[in-house]
Amino acid sequence: MQQLRLNFEKSTWIYLVIASLLFILPFMMSGRSIMFLVMQIFIFGIFAMSYDLLLGYTGIVSFGHAMFFGIGAYSIAIVFDLNEPTMFYLIVGVLIAVLLAAIVSFVVGILTLRLKSHFYAMLTLALAGLFLVAAEKWRSVTGGADGFTISVPEFFKDRTNLYLVCLIVMVLFFFGLRRFTNSPLGRVLMAIRENEGRTESLGYKVLHYKVIVSVVSGVVASIAGVLYMLSLRFVDTSVFATEVTLDALLMTIIGGVGTLVGPIIGAALIEFAHHWLSDLSDVHWIFERWIILFGAVYILAVIFFPKGIAGTIQELYRKKRKKRQDNKEIKSEDKMAG
Amino acid sequence: MIPLETILESKGLSIAFGGHIAVNQISISILEKQFTSVIGPNGAGKTTLFNLLSGQLSPTAGKIFFKGQDITSFSPTDRARLGIGRSFQITNVFPNLTVLENVRLAVQSQAKVRYQIFAHYKHYKQFEEKALSLLETVLLNNKATVIASNLAHGEKRKLEIAMLLALETEVLLLDEPTAGMSIEEVPAILEVIKKIKEQGDRTIVLIEHKMDMILDLSDEVMVLFHGELLARGTPAEIMDNEKVQSAYLGGSYDEHLA
Repeated sequence: MQQLRLNFEKSTWIYLVIASLLFILPFMMSGRSIMFLVMQIFIFGIFAMSYDLLLGYTGIVSFGHAMFFGIGAYSIAIVFDLNEPTMFYLIVGVLIAVLLAAIVSFVVGILTLRLKSHFYAMLTLALAGLFLVAAEKWRSVTGGADGFTISVPEFFKDRTNLYLVCLIVMVLFFFGLRRFTNSPLGRVLMAIRENEGRTESLGYKVLHYKVIVSVVSGVVASIAGVLYMLSLRFVDTSVFATEVTLDALLMTIIGGVGTLVGPIIGAALIEFAHHWLSDLSDVHWIFERWIILFGAVYILAVIFFPKGIAGTIQELYRKKRKKRQDNKEIKSEDKMAG
Repeated sequence: MIPLETILESKGLSIAFGGHIAVNQISISILEKQFTSVIGPNGAGKTTLFNLLSGQLSPTAGKIFFKGQDITSFSPTDRARLGIGRSFQITNVFPNLTVLENVRLAVQSQAKVRYQIFAHYKHYKQFEEKALSLLETVLLNNKATVIASNLAHGEKRKLEIAMLLALETEVLLLDEPTAGMSIEEVPAILEVIKKIKEQGDRTIVLIEHKMDMILDLSDEVMVLFHGELLARGTPAEIMDNEKVQSAYLGGSYDEHLA
């Protein structure tokens, strides 16, 4: 047990060191595009983490997670569009985003979590589609498919400030969700992923847990949407697109399902790849269609690294530790024999 | 000696699947803190009787009482909360969690810590300690950190018994804990059951197919045959019972072996 505690501390230190390195990054580098890229990684890292709560921790496959991202982006955008873009309205917008996401995810949870896996996946796909159509048709408020640009509070016009806010929010969510997944409730979520019937027969009401995780995940995703809008200062219906959900799925699976650091690693990989491979389009046309390459990488990852990057590293680490422990046991046995 | 109370009772319990009567007019009473074995050849209705007692099936006729309370219409979850826990013939654990975590989740549920999200799960040290002591009871304490899916079949059954014990139900319905086990694994599981019996605070009802294994453990034996209660009594009485010998030990059992 002592060893476990020490390891826990160690990983926390590693994450804190990485976070502080990222903190000083904007003061070391001045490239606008690279900073924007890292910011996108933070935002999609948050979004993918929220998706992994469903997929990796509870075993719920949702194809409609983009709806919460879109709710966040549109809520803040509309609030800023109708009012002065001040810090006060930022708070109002965030509150509206969180509230809307909570209500929608609660209703989605109640309505659809009673359905078995693939029915749930299909229903979330349809619901996200519904939001997409609504955003397209409700022109007076959403500007239709063209979307609209908005101005943001003065504070967020400074790229460095925005970068730091995104980083802080990601770090807070990372540690917050880590505690959430390690709480007694979080452990029940994993039990549900492993064996729903058994969890029920132990006396846990599975539906309650699924609704709770659905709401937490939806709210976190909506915050990612808010940050996304703040970073782009523009919003259109693409935030509701299925591609957004699929991106989260890809990031989570490549990074490592059932971990929180995995989705962030996945987000980094995919955003970087997107950026660099698109730049290589002068070399060969295939790089413009970088998603084709990613399709292949995705298939290979599922076949050879089903646990993703973070999952595979964790497993190797665990094996190494076990080996060390076994060796210790053998040694002590030898001593006893001697 | 203080007369033992009846804890679980059935009156005229019957269930028919279409035209087939699987359990026919069975009236039994299980005594508190006793070890009762239900034996009978394949298809005698043993598991069906368990399904009725634990609520997986509802009877076509008859009633079930727990401590005098009519529980015939109670759901399995409600019965489990009242104090009737059961194991299944099919192994049912959390495959990708550690052995310790499997039991810890059961302990956590029993302690009613169900919606706590702010504390770390290791904050509840007592759960882990209790889970470890249960693993000791079922002789799995050296496997605590192993992932459950890597256990041998017999060890999974033991793990399941530990999870069942964690729920602290007064009555344990054990449905053929040795089912599908290799002969080498059987003595270990019998030892576990013996250990639970020796703790003396639970009522145990055990289904067994192989009669010789449980005779020395049982306080009382019930013999089912073709959905009916053929005989009940102490192991010695059952061994001497002519009806049992001809129906079970003689005819059908040999037929079954052949």
